[in-house]
Amino acid sequence: MKSDTNEQLLLKGLAHNDSKAAETIYKDNFNMVLAFVLNNNGSYEEAKDIFQETMITLYEKAKTDSFVLTCQIKTYVYSVSRRLWLKRLQQIGKTASGIENYEETVIVDDDLDLQERKNEEFRIMDRALNSLGEPCKTLLEAYYIQKKGMSEIATLFGYTNADNAKNQKYKCLMRLKKLFFTQYNIGE
Amino acid sequence: MEDILLLNSIERYLEGQMLPDERSFFEELRRNQPEIDQMVVEHKLFLHQMHAYADKRNFKEQLHNIHTTLAETGEVKSSDHAYGFTGKVIELWHRYKRVTAIAASIACITAIFISALAMYFSPAVDPSQLERLGRDIEQIKKNQQFTNRAINDVITSSKVPKGAMLKSGGTAFLIDGKGYLVTNAHVLTGSGAIVVDNQGNEYNSRILSVDRKLDLAVLKIDDHDFKAIKVLPYAVRRSQPDLGEELFTLGYPRDEIVYNMGYLSAKTGYQGDTASCQLSLTANPGNSGAPVFNRNGEIVGIISTKQTQAEGVVFALKSNNIFKMIDSLKTIDTTFKNIVLPLNSSLKKMDRVSQVKKAENCVFLVKAYN
Repeated sequence: MKSDTNEQLLLKGLAHNDSKAAETIYKDNFNMVLAFVLNNNGSYEEAKDIFQETMITLYEKAKTDSFVLTCQIKTYVYSVSRRLWLKRLQQIGKTASGIENYEETVIVDDDLDLQERKNEEFRIMDRALNSLGEPCKTLLEAYYIQKKGMSEIATLFGYTNADNAKNQKYKCLMRLKKLFFTQYNIGE
Repeated sequence: MEDILLLNSIERYLEGQMLPDERSFFEELRRNQPEIDQMVVEHKLFLHQMHAYADKRNFKEQLHNIHTTLAETGEVKSSDHAYGFTGKVIELWHRYKRVTAIAASIACITAIFISALAMYFSPAVDPSQLERLGRDIEQIKKNQQFTNRAINDVITSSKVPKGAMLKSGGTAFLIDGKGYLVTNAHVLTGSGAIVVDNQGNEYNSRILSVDRKLDLAVLKIDDHDFKAIKVLPYAVRRSQPDLGEELFTLGYPRDEIVYNMGYLSAKTGYQGDTASCQLSLTANPGNSGAPVFNRNGEIVGIISTKQTQAEGVVFALKSNNIFKMIDSLKTIDTTFKNIVLPLNSSLKKMDRVSQVKKAENCVFLVKAYN
């Protein structure tokens, strides 16, 4: 039961952006996924890609309130990576015959579907932000992503005071919202 | 400006930055104005998306950093190590094994196909289909045993060197009265040879030249007992034989000279070989190297092989090959310069018995030894 509690702690840490927890999970599982991908027609870079996508899936799952992991982290990571890699192989037209199961797997289809939707939303926001142009893009990134305060942003961008920066921010935000919702509503 | 102020308020409201008074005022506003309410809901969704986006981007960056650190400290395999671990070659092999297998199979099939084509079109002699008519050692031994008593004195005075093993035998014939003989190359499997005439006289001989490709060999009798024949009774024909020509041959399938007759049944030899022709007559081991005469006493060929599955199908090397061989030897070696091939036959218009009587003196039994 000790390892179980350990894993719960790790996941809690992961959900709360504890970099130590993320590092531990990364360290414990990367080589397994690497071996799996390399042995099934993949390269190192592809393995890294698949593994990080798996980590994101785990992270976002851990953040949900209703989160319960019914198996070991290792099993979950292997299952997700395996599914992701099989899907990737299918997309690039390589056959995936003879993929051996190194580990036991759990069914992760629902998680992957959810993740796919979230990835789509991420892409929409990414596209909207990138088509925004400067200085709006950097300004909004500074506020929403790097979570900088308004006064800090004002000095950074050279506004005379925080209010002016704020004004500019809202102008940018309105444009971004417009861009985002056009895409978002089409997407739906 | 209005919109910006409104957006400012909405954001402050959603992030809980409003003072209680302001908050209740704003909530009142939301209730009374559906457009503002709609804007709040919309912005809430947007902010949620924005936060999720920010979260994910930050986490991605974090993962990237973690990977770099762990790869540096060696706690996960770096890309160099990974290749070293599974082996670049193995990785490539895994990746391309299917392609490699297909390529190999195609190469294999092509190779087989090409060799099949080559075999089909080449007039190569199939050894299993042909039997060379040289006499092998066993038969000579038997014959010797059989005639042991009768020619006892001949055996004792045999010119075969003491301790030498007889290897093979066949027939040879003179192409020049000075003692030059022609036979099949496959008759001479040993290192030396003696020739025996139809009276049983043995003569030492030297192997001058062997052409395994043409299956022709030239011997020279090198013996004091041999008396040169001034003019050979027969001729060697340079031109091609004619289909249906009546032919006869003299050879040594046994120690006695044997006469046989037949006709030319095809102008080419086994599987279309143009260097030889097909005869219809009976030939046995020992007939190899035997001359094939037409009825004018001209040598048109040299018996060399017969088809094993068909009776009476014998192949003879065409006589023009003798000219070819002697001509090429003359250019290489001066000792062949004085060979003069007989071009006129004195056997024309003679009956067969007299023809054979004259020709048989020039046909010899060859015994090759080691």
